[in-house]
Amino acid sequence: MSRLAALFVLSLLALVPGLGHGQALVTDLSEHVVTVNSSFTGTELLLFGMTDGPGDIVVVVQGPREDVVVRRKENVGGLIWINRRAVGFERVPGYYVVASSRQLTSITTLAARAQHRMGADYLDFSLAASTRRIAGAELTAFRQAVVRNKRAAELYYEAEESVQFVGERLFRTKLTIPAHAPDGNYTVNTYLLRNQQVVAQQSTPLSIVKSGFEQTVFSLAHEQPAIYGLAAVLISVFAGWAAAAIFRKS
Amino acid sequence: MQIYLPIAEISINVLLILGLGGGVGFLSGMFGVGGGFMMTPLLIFIGVPPAVAVASEAAQIVASSVSGVLAHWRRKNVDFKMGLVLTVGGFAGSTVGAFLFKYLRQIGQVDLVIAVSFVVLLGIVGGLMLQESLRTLFRKAQQTQRRKAHTHYWAHRLPFKMRFHRSKLYTSILPPIAIGFFIGILAAIMGVGGGFIMVPAMIYLLGMPTAVVVGTSLFQIIFVTANVTVMHSINTQTVDIVLALLLVAGGVIGAQLGVRVGARLRGEQLRALLAVIVLAVGVKVALDLILQPTDVFSIAPVVH
Repeated sequence: MSRLAALFVLSLLALVPGLGHGQALVTDLSEHVVTVNSSFTGTELLLFGMTDGPGDIVVVVQGPREDVVVRRKENVGGLIWINRRAVGFERVPGYYVVASSRQLTSITTLAARAQHRMGADYLDFSLAASTRRIAGAELTAFRQAVVRNKRAAELYYEAEESVQFVGERLFRTKLTIPAHAPDGNYTVNTYLLRNQQVVAQQSTPLSIVKSGFEQTVFSLAHEQPAIYGLAAVLISVFAGWAAAAIFRKS
Repeated sequence: MQIYLPIAEISINVLLILGLGGGVGFLSGMFGVGGGFMMTPLLIFIGVPPAVAVASEAAQIVASSVSGVLAHWRRKNVDFKMGLVLTVGGFAGSTVGAFLFKYLRQIGQVDLVIAVSFVVLLGIVGGLMLQESLRTLFRKAQQTQRRKAHTHYWAHRLPFKMRFHRSKLYTSILPPIAIGFFIGILAAIMGVGGGFIMVPAMIYLLGMPTAVVVGTSLFQIIFVTANVTVMHSINTQTVDIVLALLLVAGGVIGAQLGVRVGARLRGEQLRALLAVIVLAVGVKVALDLILQPTDVFSIAPVVH
């Protein structure tokens, strides 16, 4: 299996431009455009590459930015849990993955992790302009809630030791894209590290495109909501009439 | 087999949705109840966002009511004039409800209001059904109480009277408009048709003959839930037509089976069972409000 995979990676690498021209790091993805359609239950992408010698690899993937609101439930009257506090954040990555060949703390410095967003703690999303100012422990709690909820939705994950080397120079890792990953342009940054320092980096483009029937439905619902609503009613009326007609005959 | 629901934005097993539609449809067919009041909480349990569950369920009720009203229409058991008066109130109520729904969504309280509404509704409906079926089972009920006509009298004194030939009534249009308005609000916020309130209200408050109440109720539910579907589409983009059609497909088959099985079995034990199911769903909704959530923080896209 691993031999097959290695062969696959090697054959793909033959297609990568620039390889063998003295670059320290070359990477590519098995697909650059991922299409979401009705059978889409998430997909796996293969990221692979080659280095010019031993070292460690960290891959950081970020999806399109979005605005989110975080709400905190509080127990009211000792009875029910109700959303009380709401805090808005801007420029939150809709998808975020860190994959590395070894534990991040053993192959990177804090400065490198912070600079290259290697770890959800270092993401640079910020309080929305319109939201109430919070700081300190409260801000941390709300920021961590964003990351925790995104992780629970499988939109964020950290996979240490998931980058596998085949020999000394060839490496590969899998990226899991769930069905509800946002569409748009993603950035895939791969870093080569030696002695905890980034010695080379490469970006690979990736876009998620929603297409087919689902996308048609989604776009119509959001761009022509009145027409969508009327169409939904007409379709439902027809479905109800058809159901009655079928069962009347039988 | 997984399918991606484009508006709910979740992947879900098609058979689960068809089975849910079929199961609730079966109960609807067997007991002659609408089923929207069961479907919305069940959709929430399986992970559909509450707002999407409500709005998509409205579209499903349009279909099931069209399906149901045709048989009543053929038997001339629809009072169209009364249906239109109820629809006037229902349109206004569901429009108000839809804007309330939008506002609640903006302030992050729509899930709470949906859940609390269902706890109250399922508690009342399940409780009354259980009480009635137990009473019948233990034969404690002697004669059913004769319907008193006093409501008829107070309705008689109100202005704007109209003659309803099919219902053999000459009465003010204000009570039906008010009832339609109230149920319209429920339809928009809970994704229910409201037949379980409308039917007794027609009999006991409006004094309509029992033969026409179900057909007339279904007739007006079509228009009110159609309005809810359009309003939620425009205001919050929460109608998932793929989800609705899967529920319709499961629902019509389940309802046909339910009607056939219901015709053969004696009803009271089954009715008690349905009451217990309704109460159990209500208890589950209540527990989700009362028990501490695993994460007190939740995130949502910004809604403008």
